[in-house]
Amino acid sequence: MVDLYVLLIFMIAGAIIAIEVKDLLSSVVAVGAVGLALSITFLVLKAPDLAITQLVVEILCLIILIRATIRKDLPFSTSGRWLLNSIITLAFIAVFLYVSIEALKDLPPFGYPIMRVAEVYLKEGLLKTGATNLVAAIILDYRAYDTLGEATVIFTGVLGVMTVMRRVGRKRQEETEKGD
Amino acid sequence: MCREHEPGMTLIVKTITRLTVGLILLYGIYIFSHGHISPGGGFAGGVIVALSFVHLMLAYGKDVAFKRVPQAAISLFEGMGAMIFLAIALLGFAGGYFFLNFIAKGEPFRLFSAGIIPFCNIAISLKVGAGLFSIFIALVILKFESEQKK
Repeated sequence: MVDLYVLLIFMIAGAIIAIEVKDLLSSVVAVGAVGLALSITFLVLKAPDLAITQLVVEILCLIILIRATIRKDLPFSTSGRWLLNSIITLAFIAVFLYVSIEALKDLPPFGYPIMRVAEVYLKEGLLKTGATNLVAAIILDYRAYDTLGEATVIFTGVLGVMTVMRRVGRKRQEETEKGD
Repeated sequence: MCREHEPGMTLIVKTITRLTVGLILLYGIYIFSHGHISPGGGFAGGVIVALSFVHLMLAYGKDVAFKRVPQAAISLFEGMGAMIFLAIALLGFAGGYFFLNFIAKGEPFRLFSAGIIPFCNIAISLKVGAGLFSIFIALVILKFESEQKK
């Protein structure tokens, strides 16, 4: 349990550093450190599927962030009204903490889940699906509808990015600029 | 990072890329084809396959990478993955219901086991790999082209 708390504190510190640092490259590196710690956290909590996926997606996100945003001059909108903004933020944090403390009282203790549905999967999953990786058995057999929806989400995301970034739109925009 | 002057990075990066990019691609294929036996699965394997092509593109520039995987192939894989996944789901209607595991289960811990799950993994990895690679192209390459024109 101690290593889990060390990782959580490391992640919180990395997230704060990522927000506070002025240099954009340092901020991206701090975000990458947070993602790596999250991946190790999944490994400590015995979820290797999630750890692999988190690590790999984190690498891809870092590459895209570094290549796409690092040379940009992003404007900072921190000037003015900082007192009101911080008061609103603190109020939100207080409300959120209170509600979550009230809600967390009803949860089962950490490490002892109720497992009414998952017990059936663990007992009969290997017999019914034949897959020894029960995560694959659940996401592609018991909960395959979810995976179909997730695939649709990725498809729509790719379509959206391509629609926004395609070249035809850029050319037309340039032509109108020249015409003006 | 001298991408304005010549395509790709320095000779050291190019040599190491030539040695490692095939291994990364093979590891991705291993991850998604053994997704029903060991940790991993279609999503992670697809992202690793996409990362191998991203690696190639970062080291050698976009012309070499597009020679290996033309843009038409990327969109073909993207659509094909989605269609294969949906076709597997619809084939379940032959035996009863959507997403029916209609192939024989086989012996556990073998590569050819678990019915439709390996095929679903392959379809998802095709889809995720092609999709994320095309997002990378759209966000990085097209952006630099428009910046260079200015």
